[in-house]
Amino acid sequence: MEPINIEGTAKTPAIKYDPENGIVEIKGRSIPENSIEFYKPLVDWLEEYAKQPLKKTQVNMQLEYFNTSSSKCILDVFKKLEAIHKAKNDVVINWYYEEDDEDMLEAGEDYESIIRVPFKMIEIVNE
Amino acid sequence: MSFNLKEYYTNLSKGDVILAYKGSITSDLINDILEAVEKKLEEVNADSRLRKKIYNVLVESLQNLFHHIEMVHEGIEEELDPKFGILVIDRENEIYKITTGNFVNAKRIKFLKEKIDKINSLTKDELKDMYKFILNHQRLSAKGGGGLGLVDIARKSGNKLEYAFYNYSDNYYFF
Repeated sequence: MEPINIEGTAKTPAIKYDPENGIVEIKGRSIPENSIEFYKPLVDWLEEYAKQPLKKTQVNMQLEYFNTSSSKCILDVFKKLEAIHKAKNDVVINWYYEEDDEDMLEAGEDYESIIRVPFKMIEIVNE
Repeated sequence: MSFNLKEYYTNLSKGDVILAYKGSITSDLINDILEAVEKKLEEVNADSRLRKKIYNVLVESLQNLFHHIEMVHEGIEEELDPKFGILVIDRENEIYKITTGNFVNAKRIKFLKEKIDKINSLTKDELKDMYKFILNHQRLSAKGGGGLGLVDIARKSGNKLEYAFYNYSDNYYFF
């Protein structure tokens, strides 16, 4: 299937898919006023992807900020991943946070407690 | 008229103000404010954890305004933009305060008051539970609002939310 590729803006993250390694990367800021509109292509893409997923799917969440409107859409994205995982495929969500950003770590843990997919919390250490 | 908007705004903007704005709250304006505040916070060298918290609270505050501003159709004695709101960010002894104001219909007051009082009564862990519950159980509105903004502001700031309703006209209050 066509890989998804969305350029980032000041209010929305870049979304990329690497089909060779099964890696979805979501990176940047996610603070649009209307997040449903922004996330719909990704949710739709994942729905298609879920029909024939790779044996192993990795999702790298590297968000600097996200607003509460995005938080629900991110949950929808994770629910799609949960379905892929439930169908006996390997799925892992790598949740990145900057070393001093406890709020972002906590946000990741909130999702981890709701979604049945393995999470890996990864601290980004600034040099 | 019992509530004087001009006076209210002037009083708010008296301290060590980082940014004060009154007027129409649009998507572009939100971009501009966020960019300006980010620069300013970098200039004053606020610690990066604090900077992120301020930025987050500011995003939610502005988007709350954006989604919930109501147009006042009556009793207007001053010329106001249709999506009129105010925002003041000030600082006192390293404590940052974000104040927003907008018109709300009198019918919404009970709901808002109950919601904020509820949020203010909760502990940190209870707020976390409330956030997760709303996240997992409530659908987004068509506008993209999700009932999480105020909860998130309380969580990120670690403070109680101060609020007041000022009577503006028969059916509208300034909040």
